Amino acid sequence: MSEDSIISLQNVNKWFGDFHVLKDVDLQVKKKERIVVCGPSGSGKSTMIRCINRLEEHQEGTIIVDGIELTGNLKNIDSVRKEVGMVFQQFNLFPHLSVKENITLAPIWVKKMPKAEAEELAMQQLEIVKIPEQADKYPGQLSGGQQQRVAIARSLAMKPNIMLFDEPTSALDPEMIKEVLDVMIDLAEGGMTMIVVTHEMGFAKTVADRMVFMDEGRIVEQAVPEKFFNNPKSDRTKLFLSQILNH
Amino acid sequence: MNEITESRKPPLATTGILGWLRMNLFSNWINSLISLFVLYVLIQFIPWILNWTIFAADFKYNFNGAEITDRTMCSRVLDPENGGACWAIIYVRFYQFMYGFYPRDEVWRVNLSYIMLAVAVVPLLFDKFPFRKHFLKFTYVFPVIAFFLLNGGLGLESVSTNKWGGLLVTLVLGCTGIALAFPLGIVLALGRRSNLPVISMMCTLFIEFIRGVPLITLLFFGMVMLPLFLPEGVNMDGLARVLVAVTLFQSAYMAEVIRGGLQAIPQGQYEAARSIGLSYWQMNMKVVLPQAIRISIPSIVNTSIGLFKDTTLVIIVGLLDLLGIGRGALADTTWLGLAYEVYFFVSLVFFIFTFAMSRYSLYLEKKLKTGINMGAD
Repeated sequence: MSEDSIISLQNVNKWFGDFHVLKDVDLQVKKKERIVVCGPSGSGKSTMIRCINRLEEHQEGTIIVDGIELTGNLKNIDSVRKEVGMVFQQFNLFPHLSVKENITLAPIWVKKMPKAEAEELAMQQLEIVKIPEQADKYPGQLSGGQQQRVAIARSLAMKPNIMLFDEPTSALDPEMIKEVLDVMIDLAEGGMTMIVVTHEMGFAKTVADRMVFMDEGRIVEQAVPEKFFNNPKSDRTKLFLSQILNH
Repeated sequence: MNEITESRKPPLATTGILGWLRMNLFSNWINSLISLFVLYVLIQFIPWILNWTIFAADFKYNFNGAEITDRTMCSRVLDPENGGACWAIIYVRFYQFMYGFYPRDEVWRVNLSYIMLAVAVVPLLFDKFPFRKHFLKFTYVFPVIAFFLLNGGLGLESVSTNKWGGLLVTLVLGCTGIALAFPLGIVLALGRRSNLPVISMMCTLFIEFIRGVPLITLLFFGMVMLPLFLPEGVNMDGLARVLVAVTLFQSAYMAEVIRGGLQAIPQGQYEAARSIGLSYWQMNMKVVLPQAIRISIPSIVNTSIGLFKDTTLVIIVGLLDLLGIGRGALADTTWLGLAYEVYFFVSLVFFIFTFAMSRYSLYLEKKLKTGINMGAD
């Protein structure tokens, strides 16, 4: 692995039963780098980033996150999860807790932060995602876009060094996509290391340092956005881009 | 513009009492016939039952004004045509129905326990209860206090459990069974879903074994076989042995109910909890169980009601619960033949408790439905 990588995947292989989802995946991510991963559905994008915080277990190869190798060692997994925030397609807010409680939960229980301090932190995070006025509502009372922003705030409250986004706007109505992307752009500009699985090519062009294209469990092509969009090398990338950009 | 958007009142025939009657009772001729028939039965039955249980009934005195001391003085024995229920049997034996053979001088301890039970349970049930946090501290220590109060010790005279009876035994079995089985059920449910095969198998085996066996068998097991497993010289109290059986039985059912709730929690909740760094226990205590238990409340109450009623089975192993005391009263030659009154009274007491439980479950369901919309989509 190169010295300055914060995330390093080497020869990662994974199977779901007999199905080979990840095939010899190699990916190096530098600190503050913003990576956008795209590819057709079933290409292993989500599985790859879910391996990075061990929501999925890889069977071969090595994954090193911030100097910690992901193995069966539970302590390592716990410390990686404290470093890595994750935002899901379905938001996955805790419906029985208020917005504020959703955000303070991990700081209070994982970091043993006093309640008052955690609540102050929660309000700061809600300011960042621009919905401080929703603090006392429950997730079910919010729109999808608001819920996703709360989910981002919940991850940020753990002060992660790395943020993973798994199709964060795919479950949103079109008019709500922008409010979530705006928050993500702010984050990117703030210097967060990000890996984003998304089909929002406009977003990719604005923030990505590098595009990663996956197909059938392999990383097919990696390039800076300009090259990736204007001059893709592989035929599969060309086909994918033509399908996604000309619909 | 107003003419278009203005909302009108619904047609009169669909609202109000008449509207309700029309829609629910007389919507077509079959419904109308059934409604009329039910109405006829009610009109025949309700006055009769009110008359029998209240207006023509004896409480302490019969229609001659004499205090009833045995069955021959009951109005319905003296005048079978007009006499109603003879509640004197309940009146005379009320103490036994409530406390069994608990010494009269010590009965204040039972009464105090009943009051404390109410103080311990009510704040547990209503989350808006004033100073709830402080009351809950009391709820946690209540079982210990109640144990010493009822059983004796710490300077109080010891009252052996074979003197306990009636509602006291029913409540002790019901409350302790439910209270102990709940945490045990949670642990068993989590254990059954555990990724560790040994734990999961042990929990599954336990649950399936207990569920596959009738409660009576477990009661016999507690009474007859449990002492064989204890070290020599250790003598376990009869009521305690039954309690062990009841708790094990209830915890297996509770585990399955809670497991059902756990299965309804989307995978995403686990992943989100894990991704923000919560440990296994934090994830379960803070994220998964609160939601799972909320979903299972109706079934939890349902099995609890079941257990409360099943406590009457302890009569088989010789404990005198409410029903046991009732049967004892019927066997008394001075009160022979008053089975209606006794069973009616026992049923009424059980009904009051179980109905309260079922109403409470409805209240909770309504509250939780309005407060929180579970699940984003």
